[in-house]
Amino acid sequence: MSMINTTEILDTIQMISQQHLDVRTITMGISLLDCADPDPKAACRKIYEKIVRSAKDLVKTGEEIEAEFGIPIVNKRIFVTPMALVAGASETDDYVPFAVALDKARAETGVNFIGGFSALVQKGMTAADEKLIRSIPAALSETELVCASVNVGSTKAGINMDAVALMGRTIKDLAARTADRGGFGCAKLVVFCNAVEDNPFMAGAFHGVSEADRVINVGVSGPGVVYHALQSVKGESLDVVAETVKKTAFRVTRMGQLVAQEASKRLGVPFGIVDLSLAPTPAIGDSVARILEEMGLETCGTHGTTAALALLNDAVKKGGVMASSSVGGLSGAFIPVSEDEGMIAAARKGTLCLDKLEAMTCVCSVGLDMIAIPGDTTAETISAIIADEAAIGMVNSKTTAARLIPAPGKKVGDTVEFGGLLGSAPVMPVHPESSAVFVNRGGRIPAPMQSLKN
Amino acid sequence: MRAIVTVIGKDTVGIIARVCALLSEQGVNVLDISQTILQEYFTMIMLVDTAGAKVPFTELVKLLEESGKAQGLSIHAQREDIFNAMHRI
Repeated sequence: MSMINTTEILDTIQMISQQHLDVRTITMGISLLDCADPDPKAACRKIYEKIVRSAKDLVKTGEEIEAEFGIPIVNKRIFVTPMALVAGASETDDYVPFAVALDKARAETGVNFIGGFSALVQKGMTAADEKLIRSIPAALSETELVCASVNVGSTKAGINMDAVALMGRTIKDLAARTADRGGFGCAKLVVFCNAVEDNPFMAGAFHGVSEADRVINVGVSGPGVVYHALQSVKGESLDVVAETVKKTAFRVTRMGQLVAQEASKRLGVPFGIVDLSLAPTPAIGDSVARILEEMGLETCGTHGTTAALALLNDAVKKGGVMASSSVGGLSGAFIPVSEDEGMIAAARKGTLCLDKLEAMTCVCSVGLDMIAIPGDTTAETISAIIADEAAIGMVNSKTTAARLIPAPGKKVGDTVEFGGLLGSAPVMPVHPESSAVFVNRGGRIPAPMQSLKN
Repeated sequence: MRAIVTVIGKDTVGIIARVCALLSEQGVNVLDISQTILQEYFTMIMLVDTAGAKVPFTELVKLLEESGKAQGLSIHAQREDIFNAMHRI
């Protein structure tokens, strides 16, 4: 009989109780392709029934695993086939009822979020895609916890600038409809380039068409654990920093892998992937920005931030890959401003600005995330920010995204409170000079060269 | 099923006796105990077998936690797999 040594056991307990170690989400992917129906009411009924039938035990199982292993599992979520592909078969112009069906199924199963009110339009828009996008403002303001995403670009297809222009207007409309909550609706909408089909993180999760009927994906977290580990290597070289991050990421991911396998076994649903992401929360001590500062930067956003983040992001992946039998999703350090205590502080101080965040997204996952901008920002400027972010993803063959909140009535220096894991967002400045003529040209930015990579 | 029970708190007379009494009442077999005083804190780690337990494991977790609270101790019971996963390749 052997027992694991005391230090290791106490390490784990301390990681959970003091360093915010948790499994961020167990997410069940459900294909809705078999729910398509010419009658929209029948389609909505099938959608509701399939989700409830598939995920009725998800929350209970998650809670049991939490209790038995002593690991907090913060979210239990569902994501489904991009809704435009399912709703397209129905004879209707109004897709809001499909979002309502998702929200009802979400409430019945007791999960925290449901994602997949989505369309993939990187090359072009079908009638269904356009109807879905035009339904987003009403759908997200009339439902509670439905998340939407639209993929507007890819390395293979280029960037659909007509869709980018439409998304700028959609975001403005959605912000106006949820003005009483600081434009909260926009926190549930992500605009992607190179979206992945197995991402368990919200708001951008959807169940890709190449996936099985149902799947269990797990997203791990752990900025607090990495931060704590780095405190023990103060003054050592960056090689030591990278090794320390790798070892920590390995442990965190092994825990995620165990939870994923256990959930898959108990629910009788195939295990998909573990997403190796450092996902911060607004809690003190659970911040990605503070990790970068622990490496030796006075404030996140100053010179050196992109380099530090590149090291962190790569080391997390190297450590995590060996710990899991199947890695996927977004897998990288997230830098959502409103959800990260250190990012919020750096943005308030003015050190962290939109331009620096854009540079940071070249070396990490996943994009300009949870950023509040002035309420009077034009739709064209929002579209131009989205286009910049999509261009980074397109050229570098990586996923990028924008989740921007033009907070109605707010200006630079104000703060928008979203509460819970979504945190609070300091309103950040955008450039006042117009990009309207560029955005309004429409058309497509062609797919980039894949050789001559300079 | 094997689980790890950790007991951390201020040292007083009879901690081990009380935790063991609770475990035996619930039909849980103790396989190994390691106990030390770390920075003035009583720290005990037990490897237990819950195969013969009278209550479901999640219930046992609650019972131990509540008993700990009543004595000013932090008592966790977790499946052994989590520690193996995190610290062994």
